[in-house]
Amino acid sequence: MSEHVQHVIRAFDEELNRLRTHVLEMGGLVESQIQAATDAYHTGEIKVVADIVAADKKVNDFEQMIDDECVQVIAKRQPAAFDLRLIMGVSKIVTNLERAGDEAKKIAKGARRLHERGQFMAPGDAIDVRHVASMAVTMLRQALDAFARMDTAAAVEVIRSDDDVDVGFKAIIRQLVTFMMEDPRTISGAMDVIWIARSVERIGDHATNIAEQVIYIAEGRDIRHPPKEKKA
Amino acid sequence: MMPVDQSIQNLTPEISIRDLNFYYGKTLALKNINLDIFKGKVTAFIGPSGCGKSTLLRTINRMYDLYPGQRAEGELLIEGSNILDKGVDTIALRAKVGMVFQKPTPFPMSIYENIAFGVRMHERLSRSRMDDRVEWALTKAALWDEVKDKLNQAGTGLSGGQQQRLCIARGVAVKPSVLLLDEPTSALDPISTMRIEELIHELKSEFTIAIVTHNMQQAARVSDFTAYMYLGELVEFGKTDDVFIKPKDKRTEDYITGRMG
Repeated sequence: MSEHVQHVIRAFDEELNRLRTHVLEMGGLVESQIQAATDAYHTGEIKVVADIVAADKKVNDFEQMIDDECVQVIAKRQPAAFDLRLIMGVSKIVTNLERAGDEAKKIAKGARRLHERGQFMAPGDAIDVRHVASMAVTMLRQALDAFARMDTAAAVEVIRSDDDVDVGFKAIIRQLVTFMMEDPRTISGAMDVIWIARSVERIGDHATNIAEQVIYIAEGRDIRHPPKEKKA
Repeated sequence: MMPVDQSIQNLTPEISIRDLNFYYGKTLALKNINLDIFKGKVTAFIGPSGCGKSTLLRTINRMYDLYPGQRAEGELLIEGSNILDKGVDTIALRAKVGMVFQKPTPFPMSIYENIAFGVRMHERLSRSRMDDRVEWALTKAALWDEVKDKLNQAGTGLSGGQQQRLCIARGVAVKPSVLLLDEPTSALDPISTMRIEELIHELKSEFTIAIVTHNMQQAARVSDFTAYMYLGELVEFGKTDDVFIKPKDKRTEDYITGRMG
C-alpha cells in the first residue's frame, strides 16, 4: 500500500485509510472476543460470557458501518484497480470477521453451559481445545497483520497454518469419541466441547478467507477455489 | 512488445499498427506504437492530455494530412495495405474510416442534407434510395424517431446530444468499416452521454470502433479493449476488464485510480 502514491483527491485517501483502520479495529475486537471466550472455557470464569455476548453487538455495528463506507466509496469515487479490489476485499473480510465473532459468542455460551453443569473436561496431555484455539487466534491476528501491510507472503503463511488447525480439530474429535465410548455419561459434555472445537476450527477458516482476500487485494489473484490437486 | 492474452489471439485485427512514429514538425508525438484494433470491438484510448491518443486516432484516417509539418512513419495496415503510403486515396480512406469529433459539427444545412451530402461524395443514389439511406443512417444513430418529421429543418437547430448523434449518422451513412470517436461526449449532458454510449454498444456489431475519452469510467463502460497512453507511448493494452481491475503496469494503475502525482 505504501508503494502507492497519493490520490489527486485527498479525501479519497482519507476514506480508504479510515476504512482500513476500521477493519483493523473490528478485527482487534473480534480477536479479543475469541481470546476471552477460550479463556472462559478453560478457567471457568464464566462471568465474562455476558461481556462477550454484548461485544458481539459492537462487532455487528462495525460490520454495518464498514459495509456502508464501502458503498459510499463506490458511489462517490468509482474506484478502479487496487482501490476497487480493496473495497471488494474489505467487504468480504468484514463478513468473515463478523462470523468469527459469532463463533466467539458460541464458544462463550458453550463454556458457560459446560461449567454451569460442572461437566468441564480437560483432555489432559493430548492436543486440547486451548491449544487449537490459540493457533486459530494467531491465524486471525496474522491475517489482519497481512491486511495492514498488504503482505501476501504472510497471507500465504496463514492459509498454510489452517491445515494445522484442522489436524488439531480432528484430534480433539477422535479423543472425545474415545471418551464417549468409554463412559456414556461424558456424552453431553463431550458434545459441547465438540461444538466449541468446531467453532475454533471455523475461526481458522474465516482467517483463511481473510488471508485469501489480502492476496486478491494486493495482487488481483483469486485463489479461493484452486483446481483440485492430489494431496502430497 | 507486451505479452498478449491468449483470448486476444483469436480475434481478427481490423487495423494493425506497427512501429508507428508521429511527428509534429520535429517533435516526436507517438513513439513506436504497436497495436491491433480488433474487428467488431470497441477499443478505448485513455491517458492524460498530450499523451498522443488523439494524434493516434487522427493518424488512422490521415486527418493529419490537412496540416503541414505533420507526418507519420511506420505501418498502419487496413485490409493489408499501409494507409500511410503516399499514393493512398484519402477521400476513399475517410469513407472507410469515419470520424466524429468532440464538439458536434453539423453542416449548416438540413438534417437530411447533413447525411446525404457525404453519401453523394462516394455514391450516386436515386432519390428513393437516398431516402432509404438517410433513414437507415439516422435509425442506426438512434435519432430517426426524433427527427423523422423535421428532416428539412436545420441540423444546427438540434440539441447538442442530437447533433452528435447526427454526426454519428453522417459517419455511418457512407458505410465505413471503422468509426473513430474523439471524445464524442465531452460536450454533452449525462443523459445524452448515456444515449451515445448505448449507441456505441449497438453499433459495434457492424462497425469497429475506436474511442478517445478523458472519462475513464466511460472507457470502462463502453470498450472491450483499453489502451493506456502516456507521453506518446503505448504503456498498456489489454482487455478492458483486466485493465480496470488488474492493470499490469504501475503507470496505468496510478492513472486509472486517480493517483497522478
